[in-house]
Amino acid sequence: MFRIVSKKTLAQGTVIHMKIEAPQIARKARPGQFIILRVDEKGERIPLTMASTDPEDGTIDIIFQVVGKTTALLSTKDVGEYILDVVGPLGRPTHVENVGNVACVGGGTGIAVLYPIAKAYKDAGNRIISIIGARNKDLLILEKEMREISDEFYITTDDGSYGEKGFVTDVLRRVLDEKKDLKLVIGIGPVPMMKYLSFLTKEHGVKTIVSLNSIMVDGTGMCGACRVTVGGKTKFTCVDGPEFDGHEVDFSELEKRLSAYVNEERLAMERFKCTCEK
Amino acid sequence: MEEKRRREKIPRQKMPEQDPKERIRNFLEVPLGYPPDVAKLEAERCLQCKKPPCIEGCPVEVDIPGFIKLIREGDFLSAAKKIKEKNALPAICGRVCPQEVQCESKCVLGKKDEPVAIGRLERFAADWERERGEVSIPEIKEKTGKKVAVVGSGPAGLTVAADLTVLGHDVTIFEALHKPGGVLVYGIPEFRLPKSIVEAEIKYLQALGVKIEVNSVIGKIRSVDELLNEYDAVFLGLGAGLPLFLNIPGENLCGIYSANEYLTRSNLMKAYLFPEYDTPISKGKRVAVIGAGNVAMDAARTAIRLGAEEVHIVYRRGKDEMPARKEEILHAEEEGIIFDLLTNPVRFIGDERGWVKEIECIRMELGEPDASGRRRPIPVKGSEFRMPFDLVIVALGTAANPLLTQTTPGLVLNERGYIVADPETGKTKKEKVWAGGDIVTGAATVILAMGAGRKAARSIDEYLRTGKW
Repeated sequence: MFRIVSKKTLAQGTVIHMKIEAPQIARKARPGQFIILRVDEKGERIPLTMASTDPEDGTIDIIFQVVGKTTALLSTKDVGEYILDVVGPLGRPTHVENVGNVACVGGGTGIAVLYPIAKAYKDAGNRIISIIGARNKDLLILEKEMREISDEFYITTDDGSYGEKGFVTDVLRRVLDEKKDLKLVIGIGPVPMMKYLSFLTKEHGVKTIVSLNSIMVDGTGMCGACRVTVGGKTKFTCVDGPEFDGHEVDFSELEKRLSAYVNEERLAMERFKCTCEK
Repeated sequence: MEEKRRREKIPRQKMPEQDPKERIRNFLEVPLGYPPDVAKLEAERCLQCKKPPCIEGCPVEVDIPGFIKLIREGDFLSAAKKIKEKNALPAICGRVCPQEVQCESKCVLGKKDEPVAIGRLERFAADWERERGEVSIPEIKEKTGKKVAVVGSGPAGLTVAADLTVLGHDVTIFEALHKPGGVLVYGIPEFRLPKSIVEAEIKYLQALGVKIEVNSVIGKIRSVDELLNEYDAVFLGLGAGLPLFLNIPGENLCGIYSANEYLTRSNLMKAYLFPEYDTPISKGKRVAVIGAGNVAMDAARTAIRLGAEEVHIVYRRGKDEMPARKEEILHAEEEGIIFDLLTNPVRFIGDERGWVKEIECIRMELGEPDASGRRRPIPVKGSEFRMPFDLVIVALGTAANPLLTQTTPGLVLNERGYIVADPETGKTKKEKVWAGGDIVTGAATVILAMGAGRKAARSIDEYLRTGKW
């Protein structure tokens, strides 16, 4: 059982930030790694990346958007309540080195995954150019945290309610044109964003890392639910990733695999809403 | 002599089963177990050999004539106790052991007639004890103060833990998933091994004093070397745990599962009860299971219970070469599973949404025997054809999962990634570390893993008492 020690609502009530007591995981976790949790006895196992960890307090931070039954149920849990199962740290940690100019591009809740990685790159002495975006101003998360670790900082919103109107990739295109010494792009967000971002950086010949949010069950390489084609070969996101070379990932396949259970997800959500209204 | 003749006339007693037409609509157990009078009658058949060959066929050396004699006398509780002297998980073994190639294959009666139904009797005694709630705890030796970490809570790990606890050591099991039991809970379906039975047998181990920490992926949350700082010995019973795929085009289409994923969703996550349980599973109307081992039969029989209209086993060799137990094949046939033998998939074809819709297969013929002794399947040129399927389960077996072994310096692996361990003691090349079960042998059976656990426990106990590696 894992106790929730704090809970904050970000972005119009649809994005939640929780601090969970998990001392062993907090001690071991490194940037880029994730956990799998199960809210209750009938719950499914879902992967979530840790936005940060505090080894001294023995806590880990998760940031999630309410998108389906499991995240909706999780969002109803309050401080002092427990999550039944949390397992981790899973996946390979981010490979961090000092390369120079690094663009950190985050969209939506992908910014929560991006933040610890960007911070690790900053701590390693890199110059960080951050570009973060959301559909509108209220949905933008971790602005302050990202700004603190950035040497250059850009914000975009789809509707122009904050920062530049447009997509993060619009700004990235400009940065790619202007900065000839950009060494690495880290792009994390919705699949269409990562797909287009990787297309852009490939044209410019800039190395690109993306972090994938495949469907998983065990998270230890035992089931293969999270398989993804990278460079023509099948990889497991849970043990080979979650980070891969963006130029090699088959994003179309990933998008299709992520939608494998849309009907079941809709049904589960409808049932959940019914029980909540009762 | 008359007595002997009377016994010889008793035929091997059948175990009642759920009717196939009924059972394909539920997940309840298929064989229903012996009633007491039938168990006693079957026990009458045992010749009580002076040098019983059946015990030689048992990897954990259960006193088979001993417990059968007690059943014959109607002392069912003592029979269960007798089995538990050697086997901490009798209700499980009575159900999933391949007795026909172990104890029962050695039974003297089997030479002329059918062997004594040892597995069914074992199951009967264990069920009798559990259902009456009169589970006895064996005497535990004086505490030694030694601590042992067991990685993995499958059959090997559970056996090591039970044996060492009875010997007075302090044992903690680390399990990666959220429930203990390993393959017994994620792999074997409810209709073949009810999860309540696994839970009861694990509760029994906990009553002995075994501690279990779930959600602990060793190699991630702690390394083996970190465990060695805290524990006097470590046993690795991880299982094989890496699903094999065909590596043919289209294999990552939606609607194509590994058997591991399909069975884990259904068994561990209870997706067969979706939406009451949250984990979904694709049900499929026309389902193909690739492979013909026990796991393939489990997957096919799960698919039919989830409501598939047609379930096919697609296998590249012939009927005689199928690796599954005869009993499992028979159950699958009774349930209407269709066998497409000498048929090998060459690619999967998807629709515009990325879902599998067809398998292109090629016909095979059998040539000379290969290294496994089975006749080698050879493709028949130009015989490609397509079959429509909307769900595919790949059940080709497993390989060694590298998650722990790659993070453990000093461990020696073979060319296929399995841990090298002494077959008699389970000792690995790394001091204070033992291993057993599928991570040493490759995918095998529950009882073989338990046998390896038994041997390792003996060796660990000796080391803990003498300090000699």
